[in-house]
Amino acid sequence: MPDAPGLELIRGEIEQDHPGAVLDASFERGRPALIVDPEQVLSVLGWLRDAPGQEYRFLSSLHVADYLPAEPRFGVHYELLNRNRVERIRVKAMLADPAAARELPEIDSCVELFPTAEFQEREAYDFFGVVFRGHPELTRILMPDDYVGWPQRRDFPIGGEPVEFTYNERQYG
Amino acid sequence: MADDIHAGAATAGPVTDDGGALRAELSSPPPSSVPPAVETEVMTVNIGPHHPATHGVLRLVVDLEGEVVRDVRPMIGYVHTGIEKSCEDKSYWKAIPFVERMDYVSYFFQMEAFCGAVERLIDLEIPPRAKYLRTIFLELNRIHSHLVWLGTTALDLGAVSMLWYCFRERDRILDLFEMATGQRMHTRYFQVGGVIEDIPLGFEEKLRAFVEEMPIRVGQYEALLDRNEVFLSRTKNVGIVDRERLLELGVTGPLLRAAGEPWDLRKAFDYLAYPELDFRIPVGTVGDNYDRYRVRVAEMVESTRIIGQALEKLPAGPFIADDRKYVLPPRSELPTSMEALIHHFKLVTEGYRVAPGEIYYAIESPRGELGCFVLADGSARPARVHYRDPSFVNLQAFRDMSVDGYIADMIASLGMLDPILGGVDR
Amino acid sequence: MRTRQLRARDMLRGDLEGEELERHVEEKVVMTSFDKLLNWGRANSCFPLTFGLACCAIEAPIAVVGSPRYDLGRFGAEALRASPRQADLIILSGRVSIKMAPVVRRLYDQMLEPKWVMAMGACSSSAGMFANYAVVQGADKFMPVDIYVPGCPPRPEAVLYGFTKLQRQIMGNPDQDWRTRYRAHGSEEWARGGPRSEPSGEAAEAYRAARELIGA
Repeated sequence: MPDAPGLELIRGEIEQDHPGAVLDASFERGRPALIVDPEQVLSVLGWLRDAPGQEYRFLSSLHVADYLPAEPRFGVHYELLNRNRVERIRVKAMLADPAAARELPEIDSCVELFPTAEFQEREAYDFFGVVFRGHPELTRILMPDDYVGWPQRRDFPIGGEPVEFTYNERQYG
Repeated sequence: MADDIHAGAATAGPVTDDGGALRAELSSPPPSSVPPAVETEVMTVNIGPHHPATHGVLRLVVDLEGEVVRDVRPMIGYVHTGIEKSCEDKSYWKAIPFVERMDYVSYFFQMEAFCGAVERLIDLEIPPRAKYLRTIFLELNRIHSHLVWLGTTALDLGAVSMLWYCFRERDRILDLFEMATGQRMHTRYFQVGGVIEDIPLGFEEKLRAFVEEMPIRVGQYEALLDRNEVFLSRTKNVGIVDRERLLELGVTGPLLRAAGEPWDLRKAFDYLAYPELDFRIPVGTVGDNYDRYRVRVAEMVESTRIIGQALEKLPAGPFIADDRKYVLPPRSELPTSMEALIHHFKLVTEGYRVAPGEIYYAIESPRGELGCFVLADGSARPARVHYRDPSFVNLQAFRDMSVDGYIADMIASLGMLDPILGGVDR
Repeated sequence: MRTRQLRARDMLRGDLEGEELERHVEEKVVMTSFDKLLNWGRANSCFPLTFGLACCAIEAPIAVVGSPRYDLGRFGAEALRASPRQADLIILSGRVSIKMAPVVRRLYDQMLEPKWVMAMGACSSSAGMFANYAVVQGADKFMPVDIYVPGCPPRPEAVLYGFTKLQRQIMGNPDQDWRTRYRAHGSEEWARGGPRSEPSGEAAEAYRAARELIGA
């Protein structure tokens, strides 16, 4: 992994090319992470992929985490990997939840940069309702097509039935 | 490839070389022998989710032109179990039996990904004996997974007897698991801090006998399949995807190694006892189905070597870390020590709390890079557990593998892709 | 002891009355030898469907039906059929997710009578550990199940034992439930109201009898 000073260097270089893209850089437990502005996430990812000396050409994982009750609520994580130097770096884009406007959070899709993101973005849409603009086919992938709701959001109930014992079987059985 | 149909490429049959190794020539889809006055159309066929191919509930919607696949769209989600969401409801050690049921053939790997991630979150160092034990069980699980793969894929290709042989060996591995952990599958053997129990007496001898016999068995399997003309013509030069495309699609594991890229997380990242063990990574050349088969079979032999070395070097010592805040105290202490009782009570009822933080930890599972993302929010339950499952990402390569090939080749490619739908759907 | 044996014994003793007697006579007379032969044939040549959902599918059908150690072939059920039209038995091996449930139901409907269902494992019997939004809480919510085999995954021996129980069911001679077999009626919790309420009639009777027995 690039160490803490290396991370600051990367941040500085991105600032030169794309000012205002990187909001923060964190280095916890030996893992570097860049927190970027969601509107400029494609430029940061493209820079990390193509800049000579960086070349994080492999997207290991794209996933979303729900940080409720912290705002902004959704964090889209991109785990990038450089196989030649064996280094990982994480890019995080935090999205707020426009639920008040009855809309879904949106971010640009990185399928052109990393084709591996196709299924993973569909999964993020399926479970969190994050819309990836520009995705070729953003439909539900794991839940049934007519399912209503975004199951892995933290305010979605876990579902299932309570366990039935004889004392409550009248109530639930 | 599409041009070949119209250019009228000739098909060649298998050619015998000197020395007896059979080599099947490239057989591209034949020129359409249909006279031009006849109309052809593309037929959409649905395969699955219930089908005789034994790889799980995968539904494929295939566009066929004659017998040639023009497009394939995999539809998944038929065994989606909501494991990731269920883990948010459970304390950290209760999540372990959940996560191991994702990819239900390589269950130790999921446990290792989760336990390793949590250990790195809480900065807990596991003792050397636990590292070696974990390595042994991981490699046994790798052999188990490859045996299941070999049996079911050979079954799909028609070599039915391979199924019985592979499952006979698989039963031996499951006997070893049962001896050490009490369960054949889904053993919940790895815990945060090490392993839950030490290996019993007699385990080492049985494992040694297994390690000695396994390469002979693998040799027998190879003898059955490697020179079988039908097997060769069905797998050679079929389902080729080049290295660059595989990397773009995020494919890892034996599929990537068969295409010539020597990328293996066991060598790239230091985790568990792998840095101290000496093993090689089998790498293919062409990237066709035959190479994938060879890579996995060679991996079985390498895993046997790893287990043998780990068994020799197995250090004595504790099998789980000593930190009572995260690890249950041994039961023998409970009647006498009040502190141990309090720790036990706290750990079992509420569980330990993990300081807020997030981590992504990836290991090399039999199918590729298995990554576990754990987000901790300071409470006793993880706020988010997400698995980057290799089968899920590798499935994106399926389209490239099967388009413009025969539908029978598509089934062979599906076998060689080795998806486990439990991991794909989670 | 088997149900029929007990009833035969009771009839000889003259203990069978009313409805039980009628049922016994009906069984003895109406179920002819041909029926018994038919049921014997059905039980010993069950064709399971090649159907695997999740983890239990690795244990069975592959490990149970095929493995040389736990051979289902010795019970005549080795011929796995891929088409539901040709299969008798569907083994629900694995968790039934909500997306898969209509598919399973359709497969069950496509099977021809007589057909049996074995819910193998905890997940198909009752959703196992997955009490969440994505798993149907027990396959018996949408299809009839004949035999439940618990376990996660059940040992192959357990699956075989479940299969032999199913065979006895098919042959018209089902095993008694354990409460009858061990004369354990009255061991239920006080139902209808919680632990401190009054016991139900059956339970009260059993407790009275037990108290008498120990002379309390």
